[in-house]
Amino acid sequence: MKRILAILVEDRPGVLTRVSGLFSRRGYNIQNIAVGPTTEPGISRMTVTVEADPNTVEQIVKQLNKLVNVLKVSDLTDENSVERELMLIKVKAEPGRRSEIQQMAATFRAKIVDISPDSMIIEVTGEERKLQAFLLMMQEFGIKEIVSTGSVSLLRGSKVTRDLRA
Amino acid sequence: MKLTGAQMVLACLELENVDVVFGFPGGAVLTLYDEIYKRGLRHILTCHEQGAAHAADGYARVTNKPGVVIATSGPGATNLVTGIATAYMDSVPLIAITGQVAKPFIGTDAFQEADITGITLPVTKHNYLVKDICELPWILKEAFYIANTGRKGPVLIDLPKDIQAQEGEFDYPDRLKISTYRPTYEGHPGQIIKACDAIRKAKKPLLYTGGGVISSGAHEKLLEFSRKARIPVTTTLMGLGGVPCDYELFLGMPGMHGTYAANNAINEAELLIAVGVRFDDRVTGKLDTFAPNARVIHIDIDPAEIGKNVLADIPIVGDVKLVLTEMLKRIQPGDTEMWCAKVLGWKKAHPIRYRQESNNCLKPQYVIEALHRLTGGEAIVTTDVGQHQMWAAHYYRMKNPRNFITSGGLGTMGFGFPAAIGAQVAFPEKKVICIAGDGSFQMNSQELATAVKYKLPVKVAIINNQYLGMVRQWQKLFYGGRYSQTSLAGSPDFVRLAEAYGAAGFRARNVGEVETVIDAALNTPGPVVIDFQVDPEEDVLPMVAPNTSIVEMIGGEER
Ligand SMILES: Cc1ncc(C[n+]2csc(CCOP(=O)(O)OP(=O)(O)O)c2C)c(N)n1
Ligand SMILES: [Mg+2]
Repeated sequence: MKRILAILVEDRPGVLTRVSGLFSRRGYNIQNIAVGPTTEPGISRMTVTVEADPNTVEQIVKQLNKLVNVLKVSDLTDENSVERELMLIKVKAEPGRRSEIQQMAATFRAKIVDISPDSMIIEVTGEERKLQAFLLMMQEFGIKEIVSTGSVSLLRGSKVTRDLRA
Repeated sequence: MKLTGAQMVLACLELENVDVVFGFPGGAVLTLYDEIYKRGLRHILTCHEQGAAHAADGYARVTNKPGVVIATSGPGATNLVTGIATAYMDSVPLIAITGQVAKPFIGTDAFQEADITGITLPVTKHNYLVKDICELPWILKEAFYIANTGRKGPVLIDLPKDIQAQEGEFDYPDRLKISTYRPTYEGHPGQIIKACDAIRKAKKPLLYTGGGVISSGAHEKLLEFSRKARIPVTTTLMGLGGVPCDYELFLGMPGMHGTYAANNAINEAELLIAVGVRFDDRVTGKLDTFAPNARVIHIDIDPAEIGKNVLADIPIVGDVKLVLTEMLKRIQPGDTEMWCAKVLGWKKAHPIRYRQESNNCLKPQYVIEALHRLTGGEAIVTTDVGQHQMWAAHYYRMKNPRNFITSGGLGTMGFGFPAAIGAQVAFPEKKVICIAGDGSFQMNSQELATAVKYKLPVKVAIINNQYLGMVRQWQKLFYGGRYSQTSLAGSPDFVRLAEAYGAAGFRARNVGEVETVIDAALNTPGPVVIDFQVDPEEDVLPMVAPNTSIVEMIGGEER
């Protein structure tokens, strides 16, 4: 089962290694990971997507909480949350097929951000499922290269994944 | 107050009441050692950094105070790793201070540079690379705090050479609140009530207790608990001494080399009260056959241990001593007499035993029983890892907590002797005996020089079976008797080895010599090595084959 964990960490040297090292050492599989700042100076937020059963996720959360630089771990999967991932796709685009690609991109609300004589770069955001569907459609044109950010996620409404320092 | 980094370390050690450190100097800690010299801090110089780490660990285990070990950068630091990992697996508070190359050289593969914070990440509770002198005071404070609170463990501080010499403001916080680190001590009252209710109703309850009882100092509470509620107790290797071995309801150790009574009690119990244990595979055997009839109450200070291997029906996160104290206020003697009679029947019918058949073929178990007898069961016993470790656990019938010092989690050969040195440094007046394997002893025998130099009267009892016995036993049982690389033929004459270092050496080859030699050793001042030449083919029984149910025992028949 896919789970999305939001991990608030102190912004200290090596903290990413501590978190990712914990996953690899205990045999948990990270599907993707995204790291960025929060509104609070000195605190970063990691969003980690893992594939694991509920017991394993519970262990992961407990083990993460034991890391001294970890402030808070929240499982955003079951919550009502907004999940997004951004992907850039470089796709083959001979002049004859460009409009076809453009139409497809429009359907997925993707943007064309670069065009060269025989290729295009398309930017698409959404949940993982949408990106997978779009990728599938692009395959028939020939995908040259992709890159993506990994999922990030926020709770809907005014609730926040608050830092515990009160 | 302005101090240099090195002075800060010394000031911190003083404030934390550290009166002795173990270590080994080198280029990256010259400034620190200069300060040790100037301040006259007691320092035990070992022959190898691994020895220093185990000694600091042994010191911590017997005193319940953090042990401190110092090493230089690069090879000095990497030599600590086994010692740090050993302490980590057994939740021992240890502070390791390593020198590091000067800050501008970090990351350049400078001479004797090693990324020791990277290397020790998975085997420390936390670690620090000090990058700024301003951080040093709180890092020192935090290191001691983290090592010695919650589930204890080793913390490493990597201190670059230039920072040791640099001056900064020394403002040592006397209290700490770390928002990201808050161990839970008090058990949840609702869970405690639930647990007590379950205990009151249980007809077949069993206490399964471990190292957590020792580290939280809950041994008296445990005994009171067991007496009051009339619940039999089995303690793990790490938990030995948690109740006295001669206690009526004590069933011995569970697991791979557990007793018939303990393993069968686990198998039949309806309620397993797991206290300060982690359901290690050496205890559980095949997990899905473990305690098949039991609901589980699991009390532990580390929330991550609960549900890790075995799901708990009633989890209680908290300090074992505090939780047992609360529970003692509520528990009532249940209806357990039939059950107690049953398990005590097993205990009586299936004791751990051996046969000392002839005078000439000395059995290792006999040696350990004799050691127990002649020290009144009051010695601090350290062990190495292997068969002799299991025999020590079975036959040196421990009375007291913090007296059985063994590498349980990592199973580190070579641990016993340096740990004994640390224990003897802590308690110069106590009898400290290292029950060593002939293989294990040779991993750190160089520390004989340390014992002699500091006049530490550690008695090393080598259970010399001329084999890496425990491995040989597995080869005999599970690998068709093919003894691949387990013969120790070619080992030195341990008596002469001891003498070469200036220690005393004795030898016993048969039953008749055992007591005389132990007596002589105990009455010899200073370190002594005794070479007990025992039956090379003796096996540790009973035994449960790996990954089978713990009631499928080899040996342990009715007497
Ligand atoms: C550092 C280390 N290396 C290897 C092992 C694997 N091992 C476990 S027990 C054992 C044999 C120990 O031999 P000895 O010290 O003579 O003890 P005995 O079993 O003979 O009593 C070995 C090699 C270990 N536990 N630790
Ligand atoms: Mg041996």
